[in-house]
Amino acid sequence: MAESFVPETISIKQVSKSFDTPVTEKSCYILKDTNLSVSPGEFFILLGPSGCGKSTLLNLIAGFTEVTSGELKLGGNKIKKHGKERAMVFQNADSALFPWLTVRENAEFGLRMKKIPKKERALIADQYLGLVGLKGHGKKFPEELSGGMKQRVQLARVLANDPAILLMDEPFGALDAMTRRTMQKELVNIWRQTSKTVIFVTHDIQEALLLGQKIGVMSLGPDSRITDIYDVDLPYPRDITAPEFNRLYETIEKHFEGELWSI
Amino acid sequence: MKIQKKLLDSGVISWIGIFALWQLVSMRNNPDFFPGPASTVKGMIELSQDGSLFRYMGISLWRVMRGWALGSILAIPTGLLLGRIPILRKLIEPFLHFIRFIPPLALITLFMLWFGIGEASKTALITYSTLFTVIINTMAGVAAIKEDRLRSARCMGASEIQIMQHVVIPSSIPYIFTGIRLAMGSSFMAIIGAEMISANEGIGYMIWSSRLYFKTDWIFVGLFCLGIMGFTSDLLLMKLGKTFFRRYGLGRSA
Repeated sequence: MAESFVPETISIKQVSKSFDTPVTEKSCYILKDTNLSVSPGEFFILLGPSGCGKSTLLNLIAGFTEVTSGELKLGGNKIKKHGKERAMVFQNADSALFPWLTVRENAEFGLRMKKIPKKERALIADQYLGLVGLKGHGKKFPEELSGGMKQRVQLARVLANDPAILLMDEPFGALDAMTRRTMQKELVNIWRQTSKTVIFVTHDIQEALLLGQKIGVMSLGPDSRITDIYDVDLPYPRDITAPEFNRLYETIEKHFEGELWSI
Repeated sequence: MKIQKKLLDSGVISWIGIFALWQLVSMRNNPDFFPGPASTVKGMIELSQDGSLFRYMGISLWRVMRGWALGSILAIPTGLLLGRIPILRKLIEPFLHFIRFIPPLALITLFMLWFGIGEASKTALITYSTLFTVIINTMAGVAAIKEDRLRSARCMGASEIQIMQHVVIPSSIPYIFTGIRLAMGSSFMAIIGAEMISANEGIGYMIWSSRLYFKTDWIFVGLFCLGIMGFTSDLLLMKLGKTFFRRYGLGRSA
C-alpha cells in the first residue's frame, strides 16, 4: 500500500502572486496579501467569479508555481515545489489524462513511478477504480469514455497514490448537470471514507454548499484575496431544499451581488 | 456501387486515369522526348534483363535507409533534449533555423571533400537532410505537450527522467513520426542529387547516364522507380506506425 502522510495544516500568510517578470512596483498582482488556514481532513471550498485567482492559489498550494511574496506552509515546511502528498485533479481531463494508457494504466501511473510491483499496483488501481464506479472499464482508453467517466479516472488515479491533500480545480465544471450531481455525491462519500483534506475550486454557489465544510469567498481580481469564510454546519448528504441551505445560498449570493455591483 | 467505391478508395481509378493521360500525352509527342507507358515498360525490361535496375534500386534504397535511420537516431534524442531544456534550446535554436535552409544538394561538393567520394559522403548527406526535419518536428512535439499533463505526472511523484520516459516521449510520438516521414521524402531527393554527381551505381546515376545515350525511356524508368520506392517505403512506415504506435495516436490523427 502507498505510504500515508501525517496530516498537516496548510497555512497561507500574506501571500501575493504576480506573473510579471521581473516584479516591479507597477506590477499587476493576481493575488494580494491573502491569508488562509486549512486543517487536516477539512473540505474547503474556494469560491469566486472567473478570473479571481482561485486556480492561481490552488497552483501555489500544489507547488506548480512559486509565491511572489508571503508564506505558504504545509505543517512546518514551506511549500516550494510539488509533492506527492498534494495531488491535483484538473479541470480538463483530456489534457491531464494520458491518452495512450488504458484506464487502469492511468490509475496505476503513480504506483508505477514508485516502482511498485505489477500485481500489487493492478490490485490497488482496481480498488480505486471500483471506488469511483469504474469497475470493468479498466481496459478502455480515455477517448472511449464520457466526460464524467474521465473525471472519475482522474480521481481514481490521484487517490491510488493516497495523497493527504486533494486539490480540485473545477473538476465538474464541464459536466452536464446530472452527471455533475452524481459526481458531487460520490466525492463527498469518498472524502468521508478517506478523510483527506480537500481544497475544491468552484464558481458555483450551489456546488460549494453541497460539498464544503467551509467556503472561502474570493474578491474580484486583480489584487484578489479571500475576503470571507462561511462555515457550512449542515449534515451530509446536503439537502438543497433545506431552509438552512437556502439561507446560506442567499447570503453568499448577496455577498457577490454587492461585490459585482461595486465595480 | 460497392465495387466503384472500393476502386476509388484503393486508388485504382486514379492510377488508371494517370496511365491513360500519360499514354494520351505521349501519343501526341515524339517518343524520344516523351516516352509513353509502353516504351517505359520496354525500357524497364531492357534494364532488368541484366538485373541492373533492381541492383540500382537496392543500392539507392539502402543508401537512403542507412542515412535516414542514422539521422533519425541522432535527431530524436536531440529534439527531445532541446525541447525539454530551455537553455539548450535558446543556444541552439537560432542556428537550427539558419542551417535548415541550406539544402543538402548545396553541400554535396563539400561532403565529398570531407568524407570522400564513396559511401560515407552519401550517408552523411542523407543524415544531414534527415537531421533538421526530425529535430524540429520532435521539438514541436515536446512544445505541444499540455502543461496539465506534465503537472499531473509530477504530483503523482514522477521524477524528471520518468517524465521524459513516460510522458514526454509518448506524447511526442505523432510529431516524431511526422518528422521521420517528411525526412524520408527529402532523403530521396538528396540521394538522387548525390548519385548524379558522384556515383557509378544507383537510380540517380542511371537517370544521369541515360542522358548520354539519349534514352529518355530509361530516365522515365528511373523516375517511375523513385516514385514506387518512395510510395512503398512511406506506406510501409505508416503501416508500421499504425501497428506499433496506435495507442500513441497514430492512425487516428496522422
